[in-house]
Amino acid sequence: MTIPWNIKEQFPLLSRTVNDKPIVYLDSAASSQKPEAVLSAMDTYYRQVNANVHRGAYTIAAEATEQMETARSDIAKFINAYSANEIIFTKNATEAFNLVARSWGVRNLGPDDAILITDMEHHANIVPWQILAEDRGFEIRWIPLGNDGTLDLTNLDKLLEGVKLCSVTAMSNVLGTLNPIRKISDAAHAAGALMLMDGSQYVPHLPTDVADLDVDFMCFTGHKMCGPTGIGVLWARAEILDAMPPFLGGGEMILDVKKSGFVANEIPHKFEAGTPPIAEIIGLGAAVRFLDSLGMKNIREHEISLTKYAFMKLKECHGDDIQIHGPSDIEKRGGVLSIAYKDVHPHDLSQVLDQHGICVRAGHHCAKPLMRELGVGATARASLYLYNTESDIDILAEALGEAGELFAF
Amino acid sequence: MPGLEDLYREIILDHYRNPRNRGELESPPAHRSEGFNPLCGDEVVLTFTTDGTTITDLKIGGQGCSISQASASMMSAAVLGKSTAEIREITKTFKAMMSIHEGEMAAESDDNATLPQVELPLGDLEALRGVVKFPVRIKCATLPWNALLSGLDEAN
Ligand SMILES: Cc1ncc(COP(=O)(O)O)c(C=O)c1O
Repeated sequence: MTIPWNIKEQFPLLSRTVNDKPIVYLDSAASSQKPEAVLSAMDTYYRQVNANVHRGAYTIAAEATEQMETARSDIAKFINAYSANEIIFTKNATEAFNLVARSWGVRNLGPDDAILITDMEHHANIVPWQILAEDRGFEIRWIPLGNDGTLDLTNLDKLLEGVKLCSVTAMSNVLGTLNPIRKISDAAHAAGALMLMDGSQYVPHLPTDVADLDVDFMCFTGHKMCGPTGIGVLWARAEILDAMPPFLGGGEMILDVKKSGFVANEIPHKFEAGTPPIAEIIGLGAAVRFLDSLGMKNIREHEISLTKYAFMKLKECHGDDIQIHGPSDIEKRGGVLSIAYKDVHPHDLSQVLDQHGICVRAGHHCAKPLMRELGVGATARASLYLYNTESDIDILAEALGEAGELFAF
Repeated sequence: MPGLEDLYREIILDHYRNPRNRGELESPPAHRSEGFNPLCGDEVVLTFTTDGTTITDLKIGGQGCSISQASASMMSAAVLGKSTAEIREITKTFKAMMSIHEGEMAAESDDNATLPQVELPLGDLEALRGVVKFPVRIKCATLPWNALLSGLDEAN
């Protein structure tokens, strides 16, 4: 089976125009578009079910709770989690990282400890650790970049000495690199460290199996996988979550509160203080069912073939004028294409492309340490998803030519 | 819908391709001031000398998009040899042009004529007027000017 050729029809936004041109959306690494299935699930929730969850004895409160908990178990199945209780809803991936830092990190990281991250992390997997390190004084180590936009793992065992947590993105949001998570997690476990995987760019695009990847924590975000904004997920093994102190305090996360103190609720509720984003959770549930109905394997195959086409087409049209950062082996990368084109600044490039209805992001993509390693201030990034087509690439390739002419020296 | 020709006027592209006063003065003795646009990585490095009242030499370093670099080049041509008081006036006029809201406020206060009318000719800089129609790019255009202002404050 393949992705239906007319899949764009299921994404209402993709039928609009921008600057009088049909939209060519190439920024799914920043946020994906939303299918009808997700929009209508959220709309129906507000129109027919809306009530606060848990504790309500009346029918619609029970229905809201049921829909929210169905979403939780569908998301658990989607990543092959052992139990739905291991799915903790957060605001986004960023909040999930902060949860791990502020809860697990505060308990486990002190002056003699170290954590290991990489040169290609998103700020969401850097700054929470730096904030915590200011308080707790642990060391932050970095796995360096190697060749062709991959990680240099030569000294991995040395780097892991004394490390308590290794936290690595499964796919770079700038280079598209797919990192060997299983290999790194095996090494981390052998060194006595826990393994956290940033799944923000991976879960939307490839079949994800946390048991197979053998990681201990995973953070990902709803809006990059056809779901709404305002919802993310922390998954972790139940025994780790059980041992962690609560993150935010308030309603819902307690079993009992007395003047002398509180008793924390069971997971997942222990980490979900206050009224949750119910509609967003239901929307994310609809998103994973939508992705599942297409098949994550098919989505991956579609993106491999599209990425191959993009490399071929861009080289054919622009030869050495265009440079694509990251791995050239398509099997080792996702559909994130950070491009350098002649000497045109990424900002100017995306401005010209916008006139053609093409949405491409220019900037540092929240990965400044990586940009410094690459020696560039910014890149223009075109990123692909299940709804993109060869025709989108053709339009991009042609519009690049115009930018080249405008800024020719 | 504003078109690209509103943004990338020929004179802007000319300053981008052939930047004026490019380089760096030794500092010290020259004053040095830097500006960064954290959103897009544009950077401007200004080095300049004054004789107490006027800017006697000014060089522009750094890298960035056509708008930030052209704006820096035009700025260097506009302020060289001018007194710091004049430069502050030019900067004010330029920044007013770059801000939709400030522009309106200035127009209103001109109407009731309570303030002396500042009508400085901006010359080539007028070409940057179109940037206002592309709000995300305004910060690119004002980057070198903010660096100059903070440089002047420090030199004082
Ligand atoms: C690799 C990676 N990690 C984390 C994030 C953070 O996601 P969010 O902004 O939704 O928290 C992003 C996206 O911006 C990302 O690409």
